Amino acid sequence: MSTPDRITRADVAHVADLARLDLTEEELDLFTHQLAQVLDHAADVASLDLVGVEPTAHAMAVTNVLRPDELRPCLERDEVLGQAPSVEDHRFRVPRILGEAP
Amino acid sequence: MSAPRPSVLLAGAVRSGARSAVDVVQEHLAAIDAGDDRVHAFNLVMADQARTRAAEVDRIVAGGDDPGPLAGVPVALKDNLCTRGVPTTCSSRILDGWRPPYDATVVTRLERAGAVVVGKTNMDEFAMGSSTETSAFGPTRNPHDPGRVPGGSSGGSAAAVAAGFVPLALGSDTGGSIRQPAALCGVVGMKPTYGTVSRYGLVAFASSLDQVGPIATTVADAALLFDVIGGHDPCDSTSLNRPTPRVLSVLDDGVAGLTVGVLTELLDGADPDVAARVHQAAEALSAAGARVEEASVPEVTLGLSAYYLIAPGEASSNLARYDGVRYGLRVEAEDTVAMNTATRSAGFGPEVKRRIMLGTYVLSAGYMDAYYNQALRVRTRIIQGFDKAYRRCDVLLGPTAPTTAFPLGAKTGDPLTMYLSDVCTIPSNLAGHPAISVPFGPGDDGLPVGVQLLGPALTEGTLVRAAAVVEAAAPILDPPALATGARS
Repeated sequence: MSTPDRITRADVAHVADLARLDLTEEELDLFTHQLAQVLDHAADVASLDLVGVEPTAHAMAVTNVLRPDELRPCLERDEVLGQAPSVEDHRFRVPRILGEAP
Repeated sequence: MSAPRPSVLLAGAVRSGARSAVDVVQEHLAAIDAGDDRVHAFNLVMADQARTRAAEVDRIVAGGDDPGPLAGVPVALKDNLCTRGVPTTCSSRILDGWRPPYDATVVTRLERAGAVVVGKTNMDEFAMGSSTETSAFGPTRNPHDPGRVPGGSSGGSAAAVAAGFVPLALGSDTGGSIRQPAALCGVVGMKPTYGTVSRYGLVAFASSLDQVGPIATTVADAALLFDVIGGHDPCDSTSLNRPTPRVLSVLDDGVAGLTVGVLTELLDGADPDVAARVHQAAEALSAAGARVEEASVPEVTLGLSAYYLIAPGEASSNLARYDGVRYGLRVEAEDTVAMNTATRSAGFGPEVKRRIMLGTYVLSAGYMDAYYNQALRVRTRIIQGFDKAYRRCDVLLGPTAPTTAFPLGAKTGDPLTMYLSDVCTIPSNLAGHPAISVPFGPGDDGLPVGVQLLGPALTEGTLVRAAAVVEAAAPILDPPALATGARS
């Protein structure tokens, strides 16, 4: 497999946006450099010919873990909501969603 | 030969009524009080809760009942293990003020065994780091030399044990975060087989790699702690529903008849004094009756690259939950997306941001196949390489870290150099295998060296047998300069 193009400053800005991170100009420069370094190091992996090798997402494969569908106690609602920065009527409160009228 | 087991003895004294748990806990709290301003192993010392809990243990003994195998033994928890009603920070600003509404399964099991939790230890932020320097609360110092790092990410737990503040601690190991700090602080650290210890209540970093495990002064104590925390947990869907090895009972069984492979790829990058200690440990195993030979798993040299694609990928997904809505920090803004962004930008430190971005990038359209999926195929090859070596060998031996503890600040400016500290420990995480680090004397600089024993899945019993032999042959290491606790 061929190694992808080197990560650019624009790529880093795009990724920061996807990850909901606001970076300063200095951080953008620094992270572009540092991410490129790590990805260059990973070129040994990216360039290997591994056609036909099955990927391993989990070393100890455990599948279809089910339990009987029965009622059991869950976390205390008030204790959980008590941790939230803002609550209204037993629900998490957030500021307006983008595009909505306030 | 019988391996030293200070916590076993301590619990025995409390169970028999010879010592009170309150006295034991008080003594350790005093050691923390006397020394932790210089070490900074703890984010939080739970002195009042610990005394209350110790008094409960004493009442159980007075009532004629058995509090369990860890009766009255003080234990420190890495601050990514949830404790109900007690702040759990992951050494991050983003969890400011959070008090979990439940206990991690390992915490429940410790308490059922009679242990006394005395505090939460410092760590690299969200366990991302190899030196405990990415903590939002400042670094932990190595008890052997305050100018040096304790390793990481479980640096607080390793330092707390090394300094004698607690005989036992729990850490978590995603790419070496138990074993590497244990090595750098001169204590024992074990990463169990993936799925043998519940991750319920362990704040997730990279879910296919994370595993909770013991840190202790001796192999026997680490074995005891593993026996207490291990076993199936229905609350963790990746928990193995099959018998977990019990290891304390086989500790003194020796290594006669075992084949130990000295793993050349792990020695290649190690400093000469560290490599010399590994060879010396191999000789000790041979003298005890093991067959020692050279072993090679060429695929492990790809481990570091694969890890730094897989772990950030998983982290970027796991850390999406910190959005200022349900817990922890919120930085107000006029709409929700702006609030999410402001909260995450203020709450995460630079290393966490770096890994979230790296992970988001390698999972993004156009790159996922070249990086992430490719790394998962390398993971398969590493497992196959180990499988082949384990057809000949029962145990593999190598260094835990390529160097002894490095100076504070030496690697913080260069993430890739820092990542290289994990090169010897990462392969076991990718394979899901157990591994244990045992202190083996000083390096040329007088600082602790750790040797690592690796085995296939569910061979913790074999590993502690070999570890006990190595421990018994270990050259003497000077006690840590910053120790204030009695290291029995």
